Amino acid sequence: MSGNMNLTLKVWRQKDAQAAGKFVTYKADSISPDMSFLEMLDVVNESLTKKNEEPIYFDHDCREGICGSCSLYINGHPHGPKQAITTCQLHMRTFHNGQTITIEPWRSAAFPVIKDLGTDRSAFDRIQQAGGFISVNTGGAQDANATLIPKVVADEAFNSATCIGCGACVAACKNASAMLFVSAKITQLGLLPQGQPERYSRVQAMVAQMDEEGFGNCTNTGACEAECPKEIKLTNIARMNNDYFSAKLFRENHVHDGGGE
Amino acid sequence: MSEFKQTFNSSLGKKLIMALTGLFLCTFLIVHLGGNLLLFVDDQGFAFNSYANFLTHFPPIEVIAYILYISIIVHAVYALVLTLKNRKARPVGYAVQSGSKASWSSKNMGLLGSILLLFIVIHMSDFWYAYKYQHVIGFKEYRTDLATNQTTVSDYTPASAEFERSISTENNVEIVRVKDIHSRVQASFSQPIYVAFYVIAMIAVAFHLLHGFQSAFQTMGWVHQKYTPIVRFIGTWFFGVIIPLGFALMPILYYIHSLSK
Amino acid sequence: MGLDAKIPQGPLAEKWSKHKFNLKLVNPANKRKYDVIIVGTGLAGASAAASLAELGYNVKAFCFQDSPRRAHSIAAQGGINAAKNYQNDGDSVYRLFYDTIKGGDYRARESNVHRLAEVSVNIIDQCVAQGVPFAREYGGLLDNRSFGGSQVSRTFYARGQTGQQLLLGAYSALNRQINLGKVKMYTRTEMLDVVTIDGHAKGIVTRNLITGAIETHAGHAVLLATGGYGNVFYLSTNAIGSNVTAAWRAHKRGAFFANPCYTQIHPTCIPVTGDHQSKLTLMSESLRNDGRVWAPKTVEIAKQLQTKQITAAQVKEEDRDYFLERKYPSFGNLVPRDVASRNAKEMSDEGRGVGTTGLAVYLDFAEAIQRMGEDTVRAKYGNLFDMYYQITDENPYKQPMRIYPAVHYTMGGLWVDYNLSTNVPGLYAMGECNFSDHGANRLGASALMQGLSDGYFVIPYTLGDYLATIGPKPVDKNHPAFEKTKQEVIAYNNKLLSLKGNKTVVEYHRELGHIMWEYCGMARTEEGLTKAKAMIKELKADFWKNAILTGGNDEVNAALERAGRVADFIELGELMVTDALNRRESCGGHFRLESQTEEGEALRNDEEYAYVAAWEFKGENVEEELHKEELVFENVKLTQRSYK
Repeated sequence: MSGNMNLTLKVWRQKDAQAAGKFVTYKADSISPDMSFLEMLDVVNESLTKKNEEPIYFDHDCREGICGSCSLYINGHPHGPKQAITTCQLHMRTFHNGQTITIEPWRSAAFPVIKDLGTDRSAFDRIQQAGGFISVNTGGAQDANATLIPKVVADEAFNSATCIGCGACVAACKNASAMLFVSAKITQLGLLPQGQPERYSRVQAMVAQMDEEGFGNCTNTGACEAECPKEIKLTNIARMNNDYFSAKLFRENHVHDGGGE
Repeated sequence: MSEFKQTFNSSLGKKLIMALTGLFLCTFLIVHLGGNLLLFVDDQGFAFNSYANFLTHFPPIEVIAYILYISIIVHAVYALVLTLKNRKARPVGYAVQSGSKASWSSKNMGLLGSILLLFIVIHMSDFWYAYKYQHVIGFKEYRTDLATNQTTVSDYTPASAEFERSISTENNVEIVRVKDIHSRVQASFSQPIYVAFYVIAMIAVAFHLLHGFQSAFQTMGWVHQKYTPIVRFIGTWFFGVIIPLGFALMPILYYIHSLSK
Repeated sequence: MGLDAKIPQGPLAEKWSKHKFNLKLVNPANKRKYDVIIVGTGLAGASAAASLAELGYNVKAFCFQDSPRRAHSIAAQGGINAAKNYQNDGDSVYRLFYDTIKGGDYRARESNVHRLAEVSVNIIDQCVAQGVPFAREYGGLLDNRSFGGSQVSRTFYARGQTGQQLLLGAYSALNRQINLGKVKMYTRTEMLDVVTIDGHAKGIVTRNLITGAIETHAGHAVLLATGGYGNVFYLSTNAIGSNVTAAWRAHKRGAFFANPCYTQIHPTCIPVTGDHQSKLTLMSESLRNDGRVWAPKTVEIAKQLQTKQITAAQVKEEDRDYFLERKYPSFGNLVPRDVASRNAKEMSDEGRGVGTTGLAVYLDFAEAIQRMGEDTVRAKYGNLFDMYYQITDENPYKQPMRIYPAVHYTMGGLWVDYNLSTNVPGLYAMGECNFSDHGANRLGASALMQGLSDGYFVIPYTLGDYLATIGPKPVDKNHPAFEKTKQEVIAYNNKLLSLKGNKTVVEYHRELGHIMWEYCGMARTEEGLTKAKAMIKELKADFWKNAILTGGNDEVNAALERAGRVADFIELGELMVTDALNRRESCGGHFRLESQTEEGEALRNDEEYAYVAAWEFKGENVEEELHKEELVFENVKLTQRSYK
């Protein structure tokens, strides 16, 4: 194929969570511009395997930008330099022949490296487990059309619901803050009528868990929004803040039982 | 009470404190600028000196002043606490600098804030502390002929060290004796280094508020399709341009004026 | 071992409710004495885990991904069917049942399919209650669209991300149970074997994908919800990690594998560009609502398009062949997937394909954009168009999409009875990993429906019956079967790790994929299949001699994970070919060139092949034994499918 590229990769290699890591330089030759970034890494890994060297570990699965597995901090950008896509959707035509590409894992105390470019993002799951749900048991639901939901509300909730939990927001934030991720779920459920009963307990539980995981604070730089592959908006964080302060400062969280605490 | 403690110890609670103290400091800036505009009154400092005396002697303002000092300290201390926590959230940094889209000021609030803190310390020790606790500032006597409204000025040396201000009327001439902070301002603003420092500090104010003002609204969750553009407009033009420009004009004009003497 | 599907007696529409009443119940206080193992956390697994935990069972859930939210159900785009008849367009439970049976080319069980149609309405209610943001109309009611193989609008959707939203709903229900301590979640943990004691499934052996630790887990029942095996073709729309290992290892422990040759080739995928390609990307079937499929009328024009002498826009209207509209006037572009795929292949085979490879046809939105405006098209399909643009660097608003069929779904899977139980007592299979509801071809927007139906509304009832029968006595974790199975897994992995040849596992996988696509893909012949069988046997022998693996067991080792999966795919591939050889008829996704109508449509042989082919593993490198479950049709008449 014409227009194939030769690239230099500087890749973070780290044996496991305990080991110290370092950058290792690799050559990636005859790379087709039609390849995805991960396919380019596949090519490198195939050649490493043939040399009986350990291939580069990176998380990936669906390779169509929806599962949220892939990560990679590429030349200073989570998911690479193009906006609104994940690494698996990044194609090599974005790069040019002879370019040096530095590939790093997400950097966050809450996302420890497990190997090379793969990190442990289970902190996200624990935040969701703390309250990212509506408590309905299977079987007890009313007819789906019984509650009307204005289209604009449904659409707004949907925009927040598109979060794929990849962690790019944390990776992009200079404070490694997870607030865009957390606020997206709080907003989705907080907007919908079904989510109202637990709206204020949910935000408190999820924020408490987020704090426990060791993420940083939001300083409203907007880097998360700029790098989010699903273009989740900063307004989600404002909504979370509003609900949180509302819950903490103005709402009564317990019933009046007459006898105090 | 413990619930409040918990709230303000949370990541969002700390941010709320930053926002509230920040906004309070913003309103102070308006008042401060308003008062300082008296510097532009061509009355040999009469209005300004009277204003300075009023500020330091009117009890309600005294109370607000202490809230102000506490706000500055709290704003700075929480900024430090948050910064340290944010650093801890990313123990290993990236090799490639972030290329994420985020405004320069939003990423450098700590630096800007540090400049401002240094400025506030110098500014307050030179004027506020000198005015209130040191005996380095002289007095002026303003004699106004109430018939012609002509004012003459002369230096005044009080008899007692406790003297602050006096107003009396003799023969249809109003005599006001008051501490002469105006001359100190004049003297300070005739030094190029001092002026440069002030101008730099006001640039820092501009960038700090450019992000800070609208960021406070985001933190409090006051984000609205209809009103946020207004907040942004005020944050940019009023707090980001007019206020710092107003402050910066004082040293500049005084300096220019001093050259012509 | 007989094959009793345990289909309840009585009229079709009453089977399920009667059966529910007849099933034994576990007393609420006893439920917490039972441990249930669920492998896989996609739609079926997550919904089952949540629902069973809600009932009070102790659930242990496993997934190989780093989070249950990443299961490949997340990638389903188009929608989920339900017989709500919200559109007042004549839909009903019976019509959904009928469409599904017909779409499956009369190779599915009536009873299962009717149950699926019945509970479909509950699924939508449940998901909405969980906060799944389905598309709505301005009045606040749920919106629907139409999908292939049906003439009503019964598909509920959430833009082009329905699977994501449904999975996140199930994931949230699962999270709630994890939070309550009723589900213990094991992520990055791969199931490598089933432990059976006295013929009953009592546990599993897993590998911790971080530490490499091989562990055993005991439970009163083992539920597999591990998805389909489309990756046997190497290139498919499945995720890279999607695999058959759990199902295959269960098969080797006695569970029958049914209809493995039924694979669905999805008509609207982005065509292959080169050898480097690791997966194919689907363009949702919903695009066929508004997009028009065409190929140039003549080979000459196709040649000019392939060599880029002209663009699609330059092809005059009269030189375009809207072949689906021409051949199937009543369903038009919305014919079922197998029909659309075969027709696209036909175009390419005739030399009328487009794109540089000639392996593509056009899906054109020019007319839709003219009719509805670009903004409306963007609102409906924006994310799909963006995805296409990202991959191909071609703007689908300006030029037609190029599409080509790709492997998408596997209708075959572990054989299960009406209760979703495999023939191994205590071992259940749900969702795509079982064979149950789609016959020889699945209709669009039915996979999500089946996964959630199995997990939310079927297994909570049917599992209770089994558990009540065996009683709550704890499973003996010290039974020698656990240690024995664990040692076998360790030995197997060590054998893989000892491979130090010169060919990578990925190369073997690609080679297998080529064989499968070529001979067991969209068109199959006796001769090709026979040849393929020999090739696969050869490939298997070569794999165990010349494959190369790096690293050891006690660490993160993606090569080892892949090797185990590819080894299983190779064995499965052989069984698929065996099954395809056995089935000397065409039906749905299984198209035998020897068996077609004069018009080139799939020609069934109901006399001889109206059965489920369930295969029994008889040992390494031994032919599997065929068991037949005859399909009885009491309610629908078997006819030649027609979408004309």
